Amino acid sequence: MIVVERALPVWIVAALLLVALMALPLGWLAWVSVSSERGATLAHYAAVFTDPRLQRALWTTLVMAAWVGLVAVALGAPLGWLTARTDLPGKAVIRSLVLASFVTPPFLGAFAWIMLAGPNAGLLNRLWRALTGADAPLVNIFSLPGLVFVIALYTFPYVYVMIANTLALIASDLEEAAAVLGAGRVRVALTVTLPMVLPAILSGFILAVLQALALFGSPAMLAMPAGFHTVTTQIWAFFQYPPRPEMAAAFSIPLLLATALLLQLQKLVLGRRGFATVGGRGAQRRPIPLGPWKYPALAAVLALMACAIVLPYGVLARAAFARAWAQPLGWENLTLANWTFTFLEYSATRGAVLNTLELGVTTATVGAALAALLAYIANRRLLPGHQALAFLALAPVVIPGVVLAVGLFLAYTRPPLVLYGTLWILFVAYVTKEMPVGYSQADATFRGIHPELEEAARVLGAGRLRVLREITAPLARGGIIAAWCFIFIGVIRELSASIILFTPATRVMSVVIFDLKEEGQFGAIAVLGLTMLVMTFATVLAVQKFLGRDVLGARS
Amino acid sequence: MRRSNAGSWSSSAPERAARRRALVALLLAVPAALPLGTAPGAAAQDRLAEGRREGRVVWYTPTALSTAERLARLFEQGHPGIKVDVHRSGAERIFQRLLQEAAAGIRNCDVLDTADAGHVVLLKRRGMLARYAPAGAERFPPAFRDPDGVAYGWRAFPVVIPYNPRLVPAAEAPRTWKDLLDPKWRGRLVTAHPGYAGSVLTQVLVLANRYGWEYWRQLAQQKPMLVQSVHDPSQVVSSGERPVGVNGAEYFLYAQRKKGHPVEIVYPEDGMPLIVVPAAVLAGAPHPAAARLFLDFLFSRPVQQHLAAEEGLYVPHPDVAYPPDKPRLGDLRLLPVDAEELERRHEEVKRRFVELFGA
Repeated sequence: MIVVERALPVWIVAALLLVALMALPLGWLAWVSVSSERGATLAHYAAVFTDPRLQRALWTTLVMAAWVGLVAVALGAPLGWLTARTDLPGKAVIRSLVLASFVTPPFLGAFAWIMLAGPNAGLLNRLWRALTGADAPLVNIFSLPGLVFVIALYTFPYVYVMIANTLALIASDLEEAAAVLGAGRVRVALTVTLPMVLPAILSGFILAVLQALALFGSPAMLAMPAGFHTVTTQIWAFFQYPPRPEMAAAFSIPLLLATALLLQLQKLVLGRRGFATVGGRGAQRRPIPLGPWKYPALAAVLALMACAIVLPYGVLARAAFARAWAQPLGWENLTLANWTFTFLEYSATRGAVLNTLELGVTTATVGAALAALLAYIANRRLLPGHQALAFLALAPVVIPGVVLAVGLFLAYTRPPLVLYGTLWILFVAYVTKEMPVGYSQADATFRGIHPELEEAARVLGAGRLRVLREITAPLARGGIIAAWCFIFIGVIRELSASIILFTPATRVMSVVIFDLKEEGQFGAIAVLGLTMLVMTFATVLAVQKFLGRDVLGARS
Repeated sequence: MRRSNAGSWSSSAPERAARRRALVALLLAVPAALPLGTAPGAAAQDRLAEGRREGRVVWYTPTALSTAERLARLFEQGHPGIKVDVHRSGAERIFQRLLQEAAAGIRNCDVLDTADAGHVVLLKRRGMLARYAPAGAERFPPAFRDPDGVAYGWRAFPVVIPYNPRLVPAAEAPRTWKDLLDPKWRGRLVTAHPGYAGSVLTQVLVLANRYGWEYWRQLAQQKPMLVQSVHDPSQVVSSGERPVGVNGAEYFLYAQRKKGHPVEIVYPEDGMPLIVVPAAVLAGAPHPAAARLFLDFLFSRPVQQHLAAEEGLYVPHPDVAYPPDKPRLGDLRLLPVDAEELERRHEEVKRRFVELFGA
């Protein structure tokens, strides 16, 4: 008992820290949204819900997110089934490409697709015109469908992961029984497999919708040129001069509610999965032969991967070495000037790369440590109310980055704690935003470590902290390092919160890329984008090493 | 596809050599000219020593990125030990950042220049700018001078119409702002944003005063592509994404054309606003000596000559020579720009623009 009491302060401090991270910005957000110089008011909400332009932004965002969810399911679900259940060739390569799409910063994808599918200068549209002699473009990326398409390309992995992981756990005997009874492949898939994975599909759909709702970079690059806003870009626009943070706060609330509602829905869906077949690992799984569909299916999958990875990365690399991205890449258009400019002349590069690395390392370290501590407390039930702790650690999922940033901005631009203008405010934003990712990973890790070993050590007289240090920590190391890497990847690509919280002295790479985009500096963006991808993939390789499996989790 | 002009991507070897020689001459001239140009002898030496002690100068600027970074490197070469941090963004963005920082008690910026003359009116009223007149300012043309002795124009450019000569023959290019309303340009225009670029905010107001808001309402119906910076239409036009721009900074277009990008300049016959860009030292500048050295540098004759000859800008210094292919400022039909009015109405301009154009 005495030993537990000595450790108690550690647990309590961790818990308090978490509450402060969450409560302060959200409290300010709520307060500012209802306050004016003349006391409490609902005027900001009235404005939000009567201004037709804001209404349109809200409606556009909902439509856009719903479509992203549908397209992501249409892409991710068949792909998950194909890699988990069939004899599709090249599964390992496909999985790596899905992983690449998963970690690609969405704003880089959007930027690349401007070069691919701008209605007139886009390379694909020019090719289309040259081949067909058509006048109209094949795709106009500056449109709502264009936006949906590009966002879906980088959110379908969420659906894929849900499907592939679920299918990997379901035995194939039911499907085989149906096949023996004479059902065709399509019929088996539709009447047997589909009902079993329906909860996973719904869940993936909701995850994709959540991603779409929270994105800032893609709509800023694709929607604003076409003259329409989404909720995130509108909130950001409220910060232009003269800034109206109270409107930003009031407009944040619908977004917050939508996310919270969707997550609740997801919980409901996942909570209902009652099929006895799910969870039976070890059962036989025989791949379904695709027969004549093998190569058409492969072609479709490769086409998707070309859209998500090959073409965008290719066009980024091309722009990085071109004087003018829209011109043919002959010798006279080939240059290293973008690289020398970005790394030798552009004075923002050095600071931004250093800030990004510094924030990435500190956030990942503190975040992973905090997540590990909290997951440990929750798993071993060390504090009364440990369930609340788990809830709080996962709660930031409902807060879109822009909304979190508005809250933090309101909380930390005034005394006593003026963090605005320092890296600290970004650090706080990142730790909060990445906590759910770190916590889930740490939680899974501790679930996998049986308490028996710890109990043995306790019996032999070791204190809780010593057990943690000498028994649990070494066992959990791989999982916690993976949590570190996940957080690190999340931080270096973060744009939606940073864009509101940065100052010229605290720019990070994503913000610099956005700055460059506003001036149309395609070459420098391509160079910084490729640099960011290299940093990301180096980290992904590290995860795989420490985790012994790939980031997406499922084995085929 | 469209390779006719391919050879022009890089300039010829003699041209490059000449430019390199000019740059070297400039590099040698700057440190020699500076202390003499500002204050005689010991005081200048003191300031230089003080600036070195401060070690850096932070410059918030809407200048085209390549120009701004080139100037920063030139200053660093002439003033070893003082680093220049360039923060480039749109004038309106910068202004918002500056006020937001001021409200939070953050002092980061040393030198500010802005393409929205209204900003200076407001910043002066709030006492946020230090009084500092560059040497030789009494010889500047009146448009570049400041009666309060705070913010002098260090560069100027007209807002013009860019078009892509490979897609639009010169005979068919628009000649006036009104020509942009021709139905043939529907869906083929690009415009920068007054919520980002001070020069565009100025242009929107000036043309609204001349033709009424009806002009912008009709232009919005042409469904132009919306970008942010006044430098971006140049890239959009030369890439072929949209063949004609509603706006462009003439100096940037001039430089892009010289580099071989397919972009031509129309000086609208119905007149255009001249954007005179004032520069000032912040009253609370964290590096006050380095800031003043930098301002002196911007107004020094070698730099002003460089801006005129290489960057395509109009400058206040009376003793510079312009390239022969630039029109003389006196020959352009300029529309009046009123700083007080800009300050008074910039909120209205942004609001109306967003209402008309959607974002």
